[in-house]
Amino acid sequence: MPAFLPSDRVAHHFSPVLSARCQPPCWGKISVHHHHLPPPHVTIWDPNTSTGYSWITLLLNWITPHLAWWTFFLLDCTAAVMPHSQMAIFGCCFLVAFPAAMNTLGMASLLLCAGLAGRRSRLCVRSLRTLSGMTLSQIDEEVAKLLKLKAQIGGDEGKHQFTLKTAKGTRDYNPKQMAIRERVFNTIIRCFKRHGAETIDTPVFELKETLTGKYGEDSKLIYDLKDQGGELLSLRYDLTVPFARYLAMNKITNIKRYHIAKVYRRDNPAMTRGRYREFYQCDFDIAGQYDPMIPDAECLKIVHEILSELELGDFCIKVNDRRILDGMFAVCGVPDDKFRTICSTVDKLDKMSWEVVKSEMVNEKGLSEEAADQIGQYVSMQGGMDLAERLLQDAKMSQSKQACAGLTDMKQLFSYLQLFQVTDKVVFDLSLARGLDYYTGVIYEAILTQTGPVPVAATQNGAGEKAEEGVSVGSVAGGGRYDGLVGMFDPKGRKVPCVGVSIGIERVFSIMEQKAEASAQKVRTTETQVMVASAQRNLLNERLRLTAELWNAGIKAEVMYKKNPKLLSQLQHCEDSGIPLVAILGEQELKDGVVKLRTVHSREEVDVSRAELAEEIKKRTSDV
Amino acid sequence: MAIREKVFNTIISCFKRHGAENIDTPVFELKETLTGKYGEDSKLIYDLKDQGGELLSLRYDLTVPFARYLAMNKVTNIKRYHIAKVYRRDNPAMTRGRYREFYQCDFDIAGQYDPMIPDAECLKIVHEILSELELGDFRIKVNDRRILDGMFAVCGVPDDKFRTICSTVDKLDKMSWEDVRSEMVKEKGLSEEAADQIGQYVSLQGGMDLAERLLQDAKMSQSKQACAGLTDMKQLFSYLQLFQVTDKASAEKVRTTETQVMVASAQKNLLEERLRLTAELWNAGIKAEVMYKKNPKLLSQLQHCEDSGIPLVAILGEQELKDGVVKLRTVHSREEVRFSYTASLSV
Repeated sequence: MPAFLPSDRVAHHFSPVLSARCQPPCWGKISVHHHHLPPPHVTIWDPNTSTGYSWITLLLNWITPHLAWWTFFLLDCTAAVMPHSQMAIFGCCFLVAFPAAMNTLGMASLLLCAGLAGRRSRLCVRSLRTLSGMTLSQIDEEVAKLLKLKAQIGGDEGKHQFTLKTAKGTRDYNPKQMAIRERVFNTIIRCFKRHGAETIDTPVFELKETLTGKYGEDSKLIYDLKDQGGELLSLRYDLTVPFARYLAMNKITNIKRYHIAKVYRRDNPAMTRGRYREFYQCDFDIAGQYDPMIPDAECLKIVHEILSELELGDFCIKVNDRRILDGMFAVCGVPDDKFRTICSTVDKLDKMSWEVVKSEMVNEKGLSEEAADQIGQYVSMQGGMDLAERLLQDAKMSQSKQACAGLTDMKQLFSYLQLFQVTDKVVFDLSLARGLDYYTGVIYEAILTQTGPVPVAATQNGAGEKAEEGVSVGSVAGGGRYDGLVGMFDPKGRKVPCVGVSIGIERVFSIMEQKAEASAQKVRTTETQVMVASAQRNLLNERLRLTAELWNAGIKAEVMYKKNPKLLSQLQHCEDSGIPLVAILGEQELKDGVVKLRTVHSREEVDVSRAELAEEIKKRTSDV
Repeated sequence: MAIREKVFNTIISCFKRHGAENIDTPVFELKETLTGKYGEDSKLIYDLKDQGGELLSLRYDLTVPFARYLAMNKVTNIKRYHIAKVYRRDNPAMTRGRYREFYQCDFDIAGQYDPMIPDAECLKIVHEILSELELGDFRIKVNDRRILDGMFAVCGVPDDKFRTICSTVDKLDKMSWEDVRSEMVKEKGLSEEAADQIGQYVSLQGGMDLAERLLQDAKMSQSKQACAGLTDMKQLFSYLQLFQVTDKASAEKVRTTETQVMVASAQKNLLEERLRLTAELWNAGIKAEVMYKKNPKLLSQLQHCEDSGIPLVAILGEQELKDGVVKLRTVHSREEVRFSYTASLSV
């Protein structure tokens, strides 16, 4: 704990709940405003804080209940318009007091509310003394003290309410979510390690100039840091540009690396509801000059392994190649300068029908109808190595050198995929386009083929991969080859060819969280194997001693922080946390040198000698 | 990273052994959340540019976000650990070499419990972690704010000087007593007698016996605060005894990967065979690598094993393929054994 942090002040400052408890059970509107004040040294319960107005209201309420009611109802309406006027005080008091005008509770609340109201505004009736005899100047003094305290706590730019929340678009992960997250990461990292990948980490912010010019239109979504007199910095937008910077900076020519970390995008909430601004990306990349298509094939093998092991259901990996796409556009008569824009339209085929896509190409992008139709014939094609072969024979397609190069490599890729035994889920799909800002060769995208309700937050995921978010709803991974990126960072322009994939881990989390919710099995947030308990009193020392023995033997154990806890509460804690075993101590057991080991869910008990306890626990929990 | 992973694994397994849960919070908080919590150090907070939304700042530590998390989720009891990076705009001229982005590894127990038991568990955890990390001999110093304040009071330190005298006393781990005393007297305006009385106390060290002695001390026992602290200190030590903490490397090559076997071949045109075998190893859950070359030299493949610390290499050749075997070589000893294709998987 930092030395300068007054912890009790922190708790109060953060806890409207605590301050709320100090407030009267008010029916009226007044109670809400007090969140900005810390629990005051003078309590609000104190009837001393009433003002002269309370006398007047009491009097009137006695004499003319109905007249008063109607009069002050009207006053209250005006109060809504002039919140700080004296009318407001009257009105609020009466709205509150009316329902119980005659009884003492009503009287008390009347006084209290009048007191609260008196606190809030500057009252002119200084000559009147309050019920208790406290003068208005005394009240002012107390208010001044509180305002001084508030100023100490820190400026809030004139706002009166403390907002207890995370930044927009970000969230905390509670222990259950962390447990799920840990499991997912373990599966994924195990797969990366199986393939000999190393891991690196980079800072959360980069020099602004490093990120400038890499993300095209999306650059406006980058979080900048305030200019505080040093270098201009921005939070990282993805993990690929930092990777390229790392390679160029350290003059690395060959590396197989994975990197799992959070990235930051200032998505406009109106446009992309539910999207997170801070989210995980999980990248795997192979950098270096190698014989063609082998590392590309390994990337696909890894995607296949990960998706299978995560047991998310059936999936499909679509592959295509930038050169094939560009070649196709060329032979279909698309003008060079329209390549990228037509490409992004074709990319929408996973969300829109061909008719709509065609109409966008012709009507919005100015493409000729014949060109559009020719494209239409190709993009409906799907297949495996056979399709690549067919296209190489295709009269039109074979005219493009670029396309032929892409198709030859595609055949090679499929031959390796066969050796890797993953062709069952991979399909060569000519309609796959992807943002393509820095892809130079093969591209791929994995989608889940089971349809299910898509959680709102899950429409965004890291499978927006290399700097882009245009992924379809079922997409869980994406990537491709990008040979020119590192060269952009290298002062000599030295190229380091790269191929990689980004797993849409947020989507995976959502699915896992949903599954956990739906299943009967509880997600444990701890890994505790045994609870050390006792039914009798005055056995804390024995419990602590045994717990330490178990910890020293590497057993995950817990003990209750109570001198004399009830056995029932200890057992209840086991049930709540999913702890499978409880070691119960008692006078007799201690004399005999044994411990009663109970299985929580079956209630079966057996006496185990103290010396063998650790072993026995390990045995019983080894398959947990 | 490999070193970091080892350290984290050791620490996290200790936290889990004690039943701690894990949470995570965003890297930035609302600026107002962090405002007013860090005193003078507030100028070291990284702010985000005002881009038309909420005003944000990068987190300065993990404790304030923890407190915010507890209040926001109305959590009253939790035992949690949190390992994450925090950000401080340290002035490089003053604190050369300090990082502005660095890891913090926090463990906290929140909640109302019987006194000193959770406090003792925290110390037990520190003891376990430092022992398991094998950093060498270590010592854990314990004191109590109430004992300190009580001591200052009975030594004649004026109330309003408590905090500032406290921060001077704190410098005893870096400066000698003479320097500290002179700062107290000359800079902080403390009387010489008060300083000398403090001097007598701060040289004291011990265990439960010291707490007992101070409870009997004529001066110290006058302070109710100090007595409360000392009683709790005795209780703490009794628990520490039960936890057995009252008492206090072979240089191996750090590997960055965990690959178990390299699939290689000495002859040409065996890429397909290598790929096929590698896939089978992966499918069997074995961590394997293969060189991205159609016809790599055996020497380069072996060199890669040496560089990366890969212990085994599975060598394929025409004859071996005909015979249905694989040559499994231990990299450092160069011993080779022939295994049938299927058996090699289990090895």
